[in-house]
Amino acid sequence: MDNAITNILLVGVGGQGILLASEILSEAFMLAGFDVKKSEIHGMSQRGGSVVSHVRFGKEVFSPVVPEGEGDILFGFELLETYRYLSLLKPGATVVANDYKIAPPSVLLGQAGYPQALPEKIKAKFPDFLLVDGQGLALQAGDVRAANTVMLGAVSKRLQIADAVWQQALEKMVPKRALEINLKAFAMGREL
Amino acid sequence: MKEILSGNEAIARGAYEAGCLVASAYPGTPSTEILENVINYKEINASWAPNEKVALEVAIGASFGGARALACMKHVGVNVAADPLFTASYTGVKGGLVLVAADDPEMHSSQNEQDSRNYAKFAKVPMLEPADSRECKEFTRLAFELSEQFDTPVMLRSCTRISHGKSVVELGERVSDLPAPKLVKDAPKLVMLPGNAKVRHPLVEERTVKLSEYGDTAAINRMELHSGEIGVICAGVTYQYVREALPEASVLKLGMVWPLPKNLIREFSTKVKQLFVIEELDPFIEEQVKAMGIACQGKGLTSLCGELSPGRIRDAFVKASIIEAAASEAVTVEPVPPRPPNMCPGCPHRGVFYQLNRANAYVTGDIGCYTLGFMPPLNAMDTCVCMGASISMGSGIVRALPPEEQKRVVAVIGDSTFLHTGINSLMEMAWNKAPATVVILDNRITAMTGRQENPASGFTLAGDETSEVNIPELCRVLGIKHVRVVDPYDLDATRLAIEEEMNRPEPSVIITNRPCCLIKGAGRFEKGKILEVDQGKCTGCKACLRIGCPAIEWKPNPDGNKGKAFIDPQLCTGCTVCQQLCKFNAIGGRK
Ligand code: SF4
Ligand code: SF4
Repeated sequence: MDNAITNILLVGVGGQGILLASEILSEAFMLAGFDVKKSEIHGMSQRGGSVVSHVRFGKEVFSPVVPEGEGDILFGFELLETYRYLSLLKPGATVVANDYKIAPPSVLLGQAGYPQALPEKIKAKFPDFLLVDGQGLALQAGDVRAANTVMLGAVSKRLQIADAVWQQALEKMVPKRALEINLKAFAMGREL
Repeated sequence: MKEILSGNEAIARGAYEAGCLVASAYPGTPSTEILENVINYKEINASWAPNEKVALEVAIGASFGGARALACMKHVGVNVAADPLFTASYTGVKGGLVLVAADDPEMHSSQNEQDSRNYAKFAKVPMLEPADSRECKEFTRLAFELSEQFDTPVMLRSCTRISHGKSVVELGERVSDLPAPKLVKDAPKLVMLPGNAKVRHPLVEERTVKLSEYGDTAAINRMELHSGEIGVICAGVTYQYVREALPEASVLKLGMVWPLPKNLIREFSTKVKQLFVIEELDPFIEEQVKAMGIACQGKGLTSLCGELSPGRIRDAFVKASIIEAAASEAVTVEPVPPRPPNMCPGCPHRGVFYQLNRANAYVTGDIGCYTLGFMPPLNAMDTCVCMGASISMGSGIVRALPPEEQKRVVAVIGDSTFLHTGINSLMEMAWNKAPATVVILDNRITAMTGRQENPASGFTLAGDETSEVNIPELCRVLGIKHVRVVDPYDLDATRLAIEEEMNRPEPSVIITNRPCCLIKGAGRFEKGKILEVDQGKCTGCKACLRIGCPAIEWKPNPDGNKGKAFIDPQLCTGCTVCQQLCKFNAIGGRK
């Protein structure tokens, strides 16, 4: 079907800038002429908890949440969270993950270990897997906080949207003083 | 012009376009952002109220003056506002009056998942329910119009997925031909003494009948006819899930969920072989359809608890053999450690909970970030019911206990919650001489919902400087003789205060005075010197881990069991609480 809906999930830890990234994505889809719906949970879960944001675009979108097992692209800001939400994806989906770890409380307290070899485990289930050194590349771009934009650039390559549209979306959503670094970070991600 | 708006942004836009002049709310997830967006429209006088009852009364007052007025709250807030709501239903309005209630099915951020539709029926006021941001804007505009046309407050029901979901909205102009507000005396309509109210009640009942007839032909209730086999009645976000899950089904999409358009429902039921009602939470529509003598299925298929989703709806129809299962292979993953929310690094509540736990206190808690104090490793909260209840519950429980147990009862409450309904409870406690201890965790902001100002913070919703409630003085005025202020970053002082007040056989209040570390701006939160663990001195005793600061990580030693503590310099705010716990002086300032 030509008017199929594309389902994108952005996952990570509260406070990592997932909401802004999903807003930039949605903005780009709208500018490109699609219907867009987006959904995430605010409030308590934002305080260092596990966060998932749903972005869906196509000709006409109904549900604001991605039906279970129908995710096309998972966009992970943290490794453990990327792994946690793999079950939302359909087989053969694309996974783009930041190579970055944030220990959950049980790990901080020394009661559990952070799971090992997550990139290998993800790749075994989803061969279309890209691991990005988001923090490292963002530092090269000029600010470690631009890791999200590096990731966005990497994901953008997998979506049929013109460069100019991405540029327009970033200009609208990113604060002026951070724009230059973010445009650079985006371009670096897009080259991966 | 098209924009992507959240449901809350769209409701704010709808109020603006409708010519609303006054808006009031108490923050509560998922409703909070409505007022935070309304404040951007300079034409509307928008403000936070100390609680939802007051917010609704502010809006009622404005409406009586002839202005279009808005009040917003979350579902549990409607419980607080129920008193004025039920009588405003009798008075009706002058200017359009809209009450937005945002429900939270699945309890993403709430203490229960009540269904606000019951309030519309109970209070006998119409309720509209939008299904996306576009409808949020359109229905808000319509709600103001219907309010004036039918002389009634109108409720607009949202839910978490609508309020925080985003979709494309076409913006419109603000209406400009509304009559200017003015004072008009109209006691028979606005003074609800028994004699007057008796005259109004029949009008309220007639109004419901008229609204039902309006709903039979209004565009907000519409049939979408597809197959003649399956027909589904649905509303709000559930409509979107149904379209997604059952694309073949015919749908009666209701934009007004109370009163129901009875003739339209009858007509729809004749067009399909099998009729279903799919709705989140209560069988609100289903029961009414059945009461009309129309056969339908509903809660037999879906749960009374939690959110629906396209998947849950599809599964229910597959299980009931109404549709066939699609072949699919699920991806499974191994279990990984959970990641629950946590109090922030440097949170001023942490030391208080640590000491309450050590003092073996029985803590009656309240609603706010600090409710997270019940989680390990602090484990220092024993009850949590609703806003303001910590103090009254503490006051109640001591009456039932022997003296040595009475001492253990400590109520904790935040500044915003104290001003919301805790004042009444403290007044009761002082008056009836309940020998409990109250800790007011004053972090200078309403933190849980995203740092909204409150009457003690010194700023308005617009960010203007204003008066500040003096909480210690207020407690004294309410009749508490023993009021003291402590620095919650000073663990010894905090322990001493807690022990002394717990031992006092009289009502007493301890107020903490450090701001939330998420509030920015001069004179508010300031970071201290970032700390680090001297790895040479650290003995691995784990004492510092007991406060559960997310900035402190335990790293096991690769060649043995013993490990050491590390502080993440990106996260540490320099509160020094962990430093005070380390007996080995291993924690100090970074060089
Ligand atoms: S000083 Fe200690 S307790 Fe305070 S924020 Fe830093 S690491 Fe956490
Ligand atoms: S309390 Fe001090 S010695 Fe004990 S683990 Fe923490 S830093 Fe190390």
